[in-house]
Amino acid sequence: MSKQLDYLDELEAEAIYILREVAGQFERPALLFSGGKDSITLVRLAEKAFRPGRFPFPLVHIDTGHNFPETIQYRDEMIARLGEKLIVGYVQNSINEGKAVEQKGKNASRNALQTVTLLDTIAHYEFDACIGGARRDEEKARAKERIFSVRDEFGQWDPKRQRPELWNIYNGKIHKGENVRIFPISNWTELDVWNYIRRENIALPSIYFAHQRDCITRNGQLMAAAEFLNMDEQDVVQNKTVRFRTVGDMTCTAAVESEAFLIDDIIDEISASRISERGARMDDKVSEAAMEDRKKGGYF
Amino acid sequence: MDILKFITAGSVDDGKSTLIGRLLYDSGVILADQLEALHRSNRKNDDGTIDLAILTDGLKAEREQGITIDVAYKYFQTDKRKFIIADAPGHIQYTRNMVTGASNAHLAIIMIDARKGVIEQTIRHSFLVSLLGITQVVVCVNKMDMVGYDETAFNQIVSHYQQLATKVNLQNITYIPVSALKGDNIVNTSANMPWHTGKCLLDYLETVEITIDKSVAHARLPVQWVVRPQTDELHDYRGYAGRVISGSFKVNDSITVLPSGFHSTITKIELLDQDFEEATAGMSVIVHLKDHIDISRGDTLVNSTTQPELSRLIETDLCWMDTRALDTSHTYFIQHNSKLTRCRIQEVLYKVNINTLEKVYDEDFKLNDIGRIIIKTAEPLAFDTYQDNKTNGGAILIDSRTNVTVGALMFRANVE
Repeated sequence: MSKQLDYLDELEAEAIYILREVAGQFERPALLFSGGKDSITLVRLAEKAFRPGRFPFPLVHIDTGHNFPETIQYRDEMIARLGEKLIVGYVQNSINEGKAVEQKGKNASRNALQTVTLLDTIAHYEFDACIGGARRDEEKARAKERIFSVRDEFGQWDPKRQRPELWNIYNGKIHKGENVRIFPISNWTELDVWNYIRRENIALPSIYFAHQRDCITRNGQLMAAAEFLNMDEQDVVQNKTVRFRTVGDMTCTAAVESEAFLIDDIIDEISASRISERGARMDDKVSEAAMEDRKKGGYF
Repeated sequence: MDILKFITAGSVDDGKSTLIGRLLYDSGVILADQLEALHRSNRKNDDGTIDLAILTDGLKAEREQGITIDVAYKYFQTDKRKFIIADAPGHIQYTRNMVTGASNAHLAIIMIDARKGVIEQTIRHSFLVSLLGITQVVVCVNKMDMVGYDETAFNQIVSHYQQLATKVNLQNITYIPVSALKGDNIVNTSANMPWHTGKCLLDYLETVEITIDKSVAHARLPVQWVVRPQTDELHDYRGYAGRVISGSFKVNDSITVLPSGFHSTITKIELLDQDFEEATAGMSVIVHLKDHIDISRGDTLVNSTTQPELSRLIETDLCWMDTRALDTSHTYFIQHNSKLTRCRIQEVLYKVNINTLEKVYDEDFKLNDIGRIIIKTAEPLAFDTYQDNKTNGGAILIDSRTNVTVGALMFRANVE
């Protein structure tokens, strides 16, 4: 009887296996990179899967234009270190071309517009597979998703027509125009990602760690003060010691007050936390099926 | 710490989702915002308590209908172990989703409604669990609160199930009387059933031994990708990337490449900055060989002492998963590990009547049908039987017209 690997080794080996299946099965894959800890973990896993060779895919960043500057700085330094190709799809371009329309009002966000830019970028480069850092523990609709998730020519996910996924065999066969979203860290939890980052000593954007920042309170959540937030005189700016648990853009990612300056502190904080990671995402709170609806529409 | 993957199987309304909800709720892993959402939702039990099933029913249609349509994966952890739960639908229409969940599980929880006992669905689920090679089974007799926590009722079901288990060839069964709704014997030992001296469910799951691959002797590594940087400094670098699916490989081991049959010796096993003396089952690595041989994706490295079968004619169990029936005149794709080739159905041997477990001759494989066939592949496959080695004994059929996964294959024998 062979011994089971330690859980981080097992999760790592599975993710590397999945990345190599992508390389072996698809003509034009891409790795969707947001600058968050999950996609940063994917990049490390890709290094493990393919080094000393090149990645068999470019990194693709869908840039809302409302980023945390720290994330963009991290992205550019990482690309320089890796020597891999980066493709950026700009939401601003989609707006300029009239394909996406900026939301109005105080809670306006470009989060939903990302889907337009993403689908355009996929079509333009003819990507047949997009690797993403989504995890099933994030959200209940995600919990239903296969590791190889087939999307139709409109980028839509149909939960009732998912392919059976047996053993470790992933069926990546598609018709032209369709693409497959691939989630190598489906089986990881938030804490697994943090433990892996600690074990592998992976650098992260500084906003994950506690720092001083001007914030305002919106709908009970702490948001980083930024011009994109449609701030007015009612918004009281307060300087707080905060960090971010997830990295979306500045209009939809809330901060948490935290004294976690080091990765060990973060792991302690998450282990003790009574709020889920997505509890700090405004976009999931719109309705009971917010994530499911966005995914059906082509959201990543 | 290790990971236990398990599946829950039972009929609609047996309370699978409630059981998982209860497991999560009573172990205290539900977070404050999720609890708040739970309280906000409209679904309540008759007595006004929260309906825990909504913790796993993640799709709108599932919440509308109050049933589970697709496998939901749930993750939780105690001090002793990490768990991945595949919450599979019980409805007959979604059998293929149960097979999906079962294919990766170490253990199955079979739910039986204490009021109904062993029913047709129980037979179906138990047969599938056995077919998929799950050796650890725990039978949860649920809704004990509705039969007055009666020991005789429980014992009757145990004795009925024991007969079924013998028929479908399941050993190693643990029986636990529970009420998922009330929380009896799930995380906390029930005061309502002092006659049950065994463990409660969580205790059992935390301590059960995980049996993975039996086939230590079968060293197998399907090649997924050849790493060839072709840069000036790494001009001659040629590494074979893949995951060891069973057994282990050491540096200096002599290996055979299949299907070509070439022999060589392992000179190096590595991954990024790490070098390994040995790669054991489950590890993803890059292997280097002494000789320059033509090896590509779809080839398998094996140890030279225990060779797999190499054949184009294979007898196999088949679970049909598509709404379009099996077409014996059609050429399908078959995917076995990293190997993709074409195949045809040479012969249909029989189908199994899931209700009676009898073999019937019928060529007409429809959605959720199970039986045995012989396939003929375009290229030879290097396989072990599913009984000996799950990973190297399983494959899928893909319809070349729709690209959909239409069948699960579990190899029984080389009939060449």
